[in-house]
Amino acid sequence: MKQVKVYGPGCKRCDTAHQMVVDAGNALNLEINVEKVTDPRQIAMAGVISTPGISVDGKLVHAGGLPDETKLKSWLTA
Amino acid sequence: MNLKALFLFKETRANGWVLYSALSLAALVWIALYQQLIPFSEWIVSLFPIERQSHTGEAFAFFFYDTPKILLLLTLIIFITGVLRSWFTPEKTRAILAGKRQILGYPIAAALGVVTPFCSCSSVPLFIGFVAAGVPLGVTFSFLIAGPMVGPVGLGLLFALVGWKIATLYLVFGFSIAVIAGWVLGKLKLERYLQDWVQELNTAPINTVPDQSYSMTDRLHMGLDQVREILSKVWIWVVLGIAIGAVIHGYVPESVMLQIMSGDDWWSVPAAVVVGVPMYTNAAGAVPIVEALLGKGAALGTTLAFMMSIIALSLPEMIILKQVLTYRLIAIFIAVVSLGILAVGYLFNILL
Repeated sequence: MKQVKVYGPGCKRCDTAHQMVVDAGNALNLEINVEKVTDPRQIAMAGVISTPGISVDGKLVHAGGLPDETKLKSWLTA
Repeated sequence: MNLKALFLFKETRANGWVLYSALSLAALVWIALYQQLIPFSEWIVSLFPIERQSHTGEAFAFFFYDTPKILLLLTLIIFITGVLRSWFTPEKTRAILAGKRQILGYPIAAALGVVTPFCSCSSVPLFIGFVAAGVPLGVTFSFLIAGPMVGPVGLGLLFALVGWKIATLYLVFGFSIAVIAGWVLGKLKLERYLQDWVQELNTAPINTVPDQSYSMTDRLHMGLDQVREILSKVWIWVVLGIAIGAVIHGYVPESVMLQIMSGDDWWSVPAAVVVGVPMYTNAAGAVPIVEALLGKGAALGTTLAFMMSIIALSLPEMIILKQVLTYRLIAIFIAVVSLGILAVGYLFNILL
């Protein structure tokens, strides 16, 4: 099962990004575990400086703004 | 109406010629609307049972002229900067600034602060990311001060509403404050006043996102995204600012304004800063107030000091930064920036 983390201090965009990941997972029928990371320390440790950031299995795939849906799906299925 | 069209874009994510023709159409509608501002505002005011020449009439005219005008300008400015900013990312900026201890680091940081997109909600991860990657603290501050203070929104509106001379002066002096305040803060060696956990982070491994490549269509959509995102967040502050501007324009007698903000009294600049710092609005909300103040004959130095202290130093931002800075560092930061603003205020009042 893929571990997906969405990094963001809790702004509206970060919630939207989190929802997009969940929706994409459902649309693809994937079993993924999506976690929201809001602690600034953990966000920094992950190397995210523009939020929202997304990592899949510990690898950072996106930072800053909302992800592109096609790209998002490709990260989840990779 | 403009906004509605933008929302439809999002759903369909128009590409190629569809997008370009839609944008051209939007541009034509924009120009047409912009030319109808005065007749529109006069027409609205005529609907109210008030005397056009009265104080209330003046205030209403200001409000109904400035509101659509500023919203139109904001849409345009945010879209253009949103597209331009797609070439800059905080990651690239950090790579440029990392290790820049030389004096050149400060102006570069301030310049990048103006063009790099970041919202106040991500200023904490950004701050940590910069410091952990070895960007000197003072350089990071130059970046953080310049961003809001001489952002394109405030400058663009000043340019359109108050004139290019004042906008240019504001740019030059706002930029100088960011550079000099960052340099001073850097000289003060304040690293030990960061929160403990931030200091320990200095050796943190830096993960980077693979380079994202964008097509022109992507960039235009990013501009549209910005318009939606920022307008939905700031419109209330803009309307509030215009309402305050309207009250000043309509009701405050010129003699009172000249007395309070003439710039002859030594205390007028510090008073403007003391009043401005706790006030919170963004650049778009501050400009209509500045416009009304200047219209009433307030001294330029005092007014610009007021605007800078409203935009550059705000309570919500300090609360956010509290997560990474100790109170002591926040106090020093506010003091240094305020001093810079005071200096600019006095300088203008003396020179002009």
